[in-house]
Amino acid sequence: MTEKSVSVMPLLSFRGITKRFGPLVANDAISLDLNQGEVLALLGENGAGKTTLMNILFGHYVAEEGEILVDGAPLPPGSTDAAIQAGIGMVHQHFTLAENLTVLENITLGTEPLFAWRRDIKAARTKIADMAAEYGLHADPDKLVGALSVGERQRVEILKALYRDARILILDEPTAVLTPQESDSLFETLKKLTAKGLAVIFISHKLNEILNHTNRVVVLRRGAVAGTVTTSEADRAGLARMMVGEEVNRPKVTSMMPGNAVLRLTHVDCQSDSEAQSLKDVSLEIRAHEIIGLAGVAGNGQRTLANLLSGLTTADAGDVEILGAPGVADPTELVRRGVGRIPEDRHATGVVGEMPLWENLISEDRRGAEIARAGFVIDKRRALERSKRLIEEFDIRCEGPEAETRLLSGGNMQKLILARVLSRGPEFILANQPVRGLDEGAIAYVQSRLLQARADGAGVLLISEDLDELFALSDRIAVMYHGRMTPPQDTAGLTVGDVGLLMSGHEAESAHAH
Amino acid sequence: MIGDIFEILLTAGFWAATIRIVSPLILGTLGELICERAGVLNLGIEGIMTMGAMAGWMWVFQGGDLWGGIVFAAFIGALFGLFHASFTVYLGLSQHVTGIGITLFASSLSYYVFRMLLPDATTPPKIVPFQPYAIPGLSDIPVIGEALFSQTPLTYLALLSVPAVWYVLERTPLGLAVRMAGENPVAVESQGIDVLAVRTGAVMVGSAFMAIGGAFITMSAFDAFYFGMINGRGWICVALVIFASWRPGKALLGALLFAGLDALQVRAQQLAGAQIPYQFFLMAPYVLSIAAMVVMARRASYPKALLVPFRRGDRV
Ligand SMILES: Nc1ncnc2c1ncn2[C@@H]1O[C@H](COP(=O)(O)OP(=O)(O)OP(=O)(O)O)[C@@H](O)[C@H]1O
Ligand SMILES: [Mg+2]
Repeated sequence: MTEKSVSVMPLLSFRGITKRFGPLVANDAISLDLNQGEVLALLGENGAGKTTLMNILFGHYVAEEGEILVDGAPLPPGSTDAAIQAGIGMVHQHFTLAENLTVLENITLGTEPLFAWRRDIKAARTKIADMAAEYGLHADPDKLVGALSVGERQRVEILKALYRDARILILDEPTAVLTPQESDSLFETLKKLTAKGLAVIFISHKLNEILNHTNRVVVLRRGAVAGTVTTSEADRAGLARMMVGEEVNRPKVTSMMPGNAVLRLTHVDCQSDSEAQSLKDVSLEIRAHEIIGLAGVAGNGQRTLANLLSGLTTADAGDVEILGAPGVADPTELVRRGVGRIPEDRHATGVVGEMPLWENLISEDRRGAEIARAGFVIDKRRALERSKRLIEEFDIRCEGPEAETRLLSGGNMQKLILARVLSRGPEFILANQPVRGLDEGAIAYVQSRLLQARADGAGVLLISEDLDELFALSDRIAVMYHGRMTPPQDTAGLTVGDVGLLMSGHEAESAHAH
Repeated sequence: MIGDIFEILLTAGFWAATIRIVSPLILGTLGELICERAGVLNLGIEGIMTMGAMAGWMWVFQGGDLWGGIVFAAFIGALFGLFHASFTVYLGLSQHVTGIGITLFASSLSYYVFRMLLPDATTPPKIVPFQPYAIPGLSDIPVIGEALFSQTPLTYLALLSVPAVWYVLERTPLGLAVRMAGENPVAVESQGIDVLAVRTGAVMVGSAFMAIGGAFITMSAFDAFYFGMINGRGWICVALVIFASWRPGKALLGALLFAGLDALQVRAQQLAGAQIPYQFFLMAPYVLSIAAMVVMARRASYPKALLVPFRRGDRV
């Protein structure tokens, strides 16, 4: 067979890639190979340089040193067109789709000569339908991308790459925003693709995904290759150690006497844009020194609940009591009352990317005595001092308080939000997917800070899709399904299986009857 | 009074005037629309229209032929588009500031060049402008014939460019790239297309449209160039783009509405005589346009990347 001769020359090789941003070395002399039909995992802390390396491969960035070979031929640097011609396709960490255009338009852009008289829409439609059937990537070509769910958008991104006959597929944290079910179907698709000889570079912070679905793992640490292992010979602890440089242990909750109620919802109804997201008869009490875990597949009312608790909306029926006063549609008032908000989408609603770090760090405390003079003039010197202190305390890796916030890696952006929230000593914390997209070390850090806040007297609502996380951190766990919530039960008396069933709505009725 | 207005609405003269007024507006609006669909606001429009008005007219006055003047005006417009794009697209500078700067520069330059070439002219010199061309057959239809099919060739060009721009934007690969550049430039780069080139091209073509719009005024509506001739038409076009939710068809509709009100106002002035100060009539189209904008613009879905510069090698 020709298999042997193919495996002699790697499909793709990086040779000594170095990329700097000012003083920061994002990629440090990286060399690695990718073979046909393999799934290569790229693992590393937030800010280790994974996305940067992929951006160089795809031609978004130009490396200062080193070269990339595809089939032994050098790839012209800094040209996405050249990368696509060489058979490289990339699904970006943040989707690159135009929401006001249709699926078909997003996929076919750039596939025809620019100065042709017309677009061949019929041919495109057929080709998309064929690919959809072959790989299980279903997407309605005439729908606007803005109307699609996150999972559907990702399918469109993959279709985009396959439409252009990609032989090397880059997936940059594809599962960070997917539900477990969507992730499973993604892995099904990957299996079909690799069977056809495609090579995949797969980036993820989820170690079990890497262990179950890849062939080889390359670990990056601070921009350099820290090691390469065959997946079948790797284990969780070993990978984590390679990545961070030391043992990583996730914290666990220890029992504690709860205090007074900080949040009380009684028979709350709240209308939202869809039936499943609308809250129906939700009752919940959270006390000080207590973490309530909220399990559920995304889209079952968690967003509405989060909006309600952060003061973006009010209930249609029932009572909402937050820190001793009724809920209001006024986020500023709730923050003043002592609510700490860790939002789900840090880019959209967590920080203002164009503003420097220090402004984001004080944005919830602009009027505080420590920052503001006479109640309304910001004392920049003091604000900078405080920001420096927080940057140090929370280990936010950046150039300094004046750096633009959008340049931070995901994990560091999350630490910034955490610093902003926790430095005010909140009494109730709404933590919505607080570790999404974070590396092992950062996860352990964020979780231990949440536990610390609980020990200091905060009540926490932890919304997460990761059951391991919920079981490790929660005193009690509630489940949301179709806008209804089961009464929280002691974590000790629950199994992952129980919660999984409740999440799929199986025993929602009987659990309700209890 | 109301009855009189209805009577005006039924005359062919009213409709012919409306179509005449609409021609430069629709060219300018399409030009602005092309720029904005690619993500670049072009507030240089007022100046570029002035420049086009002067350049086209001057070409003919110096002995060139009419169509040559149009091509020349378009070329000068594209040049100013390139100027705008080098600052806003390549250097990523503020689109507002650059646009206003270009308007000031281009307007002043037009008057300067005009004065330099014709230092002694006291009464504005004239050219022989485009003449009405009655389309055989169609122009014989009552009312519509006179209104629509007895106009100058430049008006036909303006009206035909509406479906043409629509077709290019919606049906060709180039138009898709332009629209995508205004929605999500990173998506354009990710498909192997040069975002900066697409945006620059769109701004140049759009500016050429604006300049032809300006040239219409000196070469078809009138026969001379004088100061303050564009008279805020460029700004009307910017507003019409929003009114139209960035769609060529709706842009024509909006431009017709404005032009109709303008044509009506002139005639209503004569009706009212001295009873109502004429300034009220002059104001009417603007006031009604603002009202229409308030209603229409609420639903407008603007290009997502409008005003957002794209820098290569920046964090994606
Ligand atoms: N365009 C840029 N300008 C300046 N700094 C940048 C730019 N792109 C990335 N960086 C910096 O380079 C480093 C590596 O970033 P990169 O996005 O590659 O990390 P990552 O490994 O993908 O992290 P994550 O897991 O959070 O996605 C970070 O410190 C980041 O702040
Ligand atoms: Mg990344």
